[in-house]
Amino acid sequence: MSETVHPPEGLALDPDAEDLDTPETQHLPLDAWHRTRGGRMVPFAGYHMAVQYEGIMAEHLWCRENAGLFDVSHMGQLVFTAEDGVDVAQALEAVLPGDVTGLGVGRMRYSLLLDENGGILDDLMVTRRQDDIYMVVNGATKYDDIAHLLDHLPDAVTINLQDEQALLALQGPKAVDALSRLMPGVEALVFMTAGAFEWQGTPLWISRSGYTGEDGFEISLSAESAEAFAEALLAQGEVKPIGLGARDSLRLEAGLPLYGHDLNAETTPIMGDLGFALSKRRREAADFPGAAHILAERENGPASKRVGLLVDGRQPVREGATVVDEAGAVVGRVTSGGFAPSVGQPLAMAYVPTALAQPGTALRLAQRGKIHTGTVSAMPFIPHRYVRIGGK
Amino acid sequence: MARYFTQDHEWIDVDGEIGTVGISEFAQSQLGDIVFVDVPADGRQLAKGDEAAVVESVKAASDVYSPVSGTVLEGNPALADQPDLVNSDAEAEGWFFRLTLADSSELDELLDEAAYEAFVAKL
Repeated sequence: MSETVHPPEGLALDPDAEDLDTPETQHLPLDAWHRTRGGRMVPFAGYHMAVQYEGIMAEHLWCRENAGLFDVSHMGQLVFTAEDGVDVAQALEAVLPGDVTGLGVGRMRYSLLLDENGGILDDLMVTRRQDDIYMVVNGATKYDDIAHLLDHLPDAVTINLQDEQALLALQGPKAVDALSRLMPGVEALVFMTAGAFEWQGTPLWISRSGYTGEDGFEISLSAESAEAFAEALLAQGEVKPIGLGARDSLRLEAGLPLYGHDLNAETTPIMGDLGFALSKRRREAADFPGAAHILAERENGPASKRVGLLVDGRQPVREGATVVDEAGAVVGRVTSGGFAPSVGQPLAMAYVPTALAQPGTALRLAQRGKIHTGTVSAMPFIPHRYVRIGGK
Repeated sequence: MARYFTQDHEWIDVDGEIGTVGISEFAQSQLGDIVFVDVPADGRQLAKGDEAAVVESVKAASDVYSPVSGTVLEGNPALADQPDLVNSDAEAEGWFFRLTLADSSELDELLDEAAYEAFVAKL
């Protein structure tokens, strides 16, 4: 038996996988905690990370019904400040298509780091805080992002990679119950807002956000306090630890793209079906990288775009499979796919020509010499349950 | 009846000319939740080491190789609706396929249970 498909999150069937680690594979602050909790560790984004604890299916379903605790400390937490009267928010607009200057304190938005052709270098969350701008970027791309930002931001802007900070995500319909018991006040946050809190003398930066489609929070805190805080969360009956495997199936069901798979420098925001990330003011000013190309695509339609697929039968169709026409010619590609525990069938994301992107379109998918069928579906596959009015 | 294992984590029970093939308890524990099994068609000729079946967990697809050469008698029909039988009972009810052995001397190259356990213990 051998693994034939390398899954996005790096699950290794091979028990030797840890021996294949490059010497650079790093340990995150909660490494020992994951191992104690029964986490199966795999190398991902340059770190040892837990792919699962009790099992992906059970963890996925637990998060949809209760609350799941994810360690996402591999992600890059960047803090931007400036001197000499430079406006950091305005400076950042040179590299993103989002409205950053218009963000109020404690407000955040999803945005994209774009190259000059409008290709996506990363997707990210950007938040205005009282004294700085806080950004969370993908773990696998954080150093490339910093290099790009250093090249494209004025010298007066300082970028601080907070590699001494851990990042936890608590996701699920009962996340607010568990977290507000420990940290009263978080229930007043609404989706895509954030604020500063303090737990037993430890500063916490908490946002009501996440990447599962569920209500939930992301909590930035010092590495040395992360284990005590994670333990306090797990002591709440609603909370179980969730690994990378379920993180991937949860975000797939939520229709959320994964950078490096569903998005890359060859895809634009319009191709990626992320037109909402182009803020109105920025579209009207056409002053973001690749604006001419991206706005023309927005007007005329892209050559291909990201769609969701309901896959017929039970066999997953995964990244690397192709979309083929009746004659077998390749017309598109599958960029993510797998079995969706809450939907109960395989799902996928694919790039297809715009003519094939309408929901309801039947598609043929080729994988390892076998033809599968599927139907283009609107996303999300599972409705988002974000909380837009404060409270429990 | 004798049971043999491969270093690729397949097992085969041999009763006369007939072999029953599956994946080991260790393999299923490594794969995690199994959501689909593609078993070989009746009558298919397999050489030892051929890709005979595909097992899909939530996260990955894995090939299952035939431990010996032979002709497929049947795939396990229960796996179509209950692929998780491989999780709950990998070395009995979760069998993948039965075949008629072409050359029983190939069994000499396989591991017995004790040798397989020793092999897994070193992983």
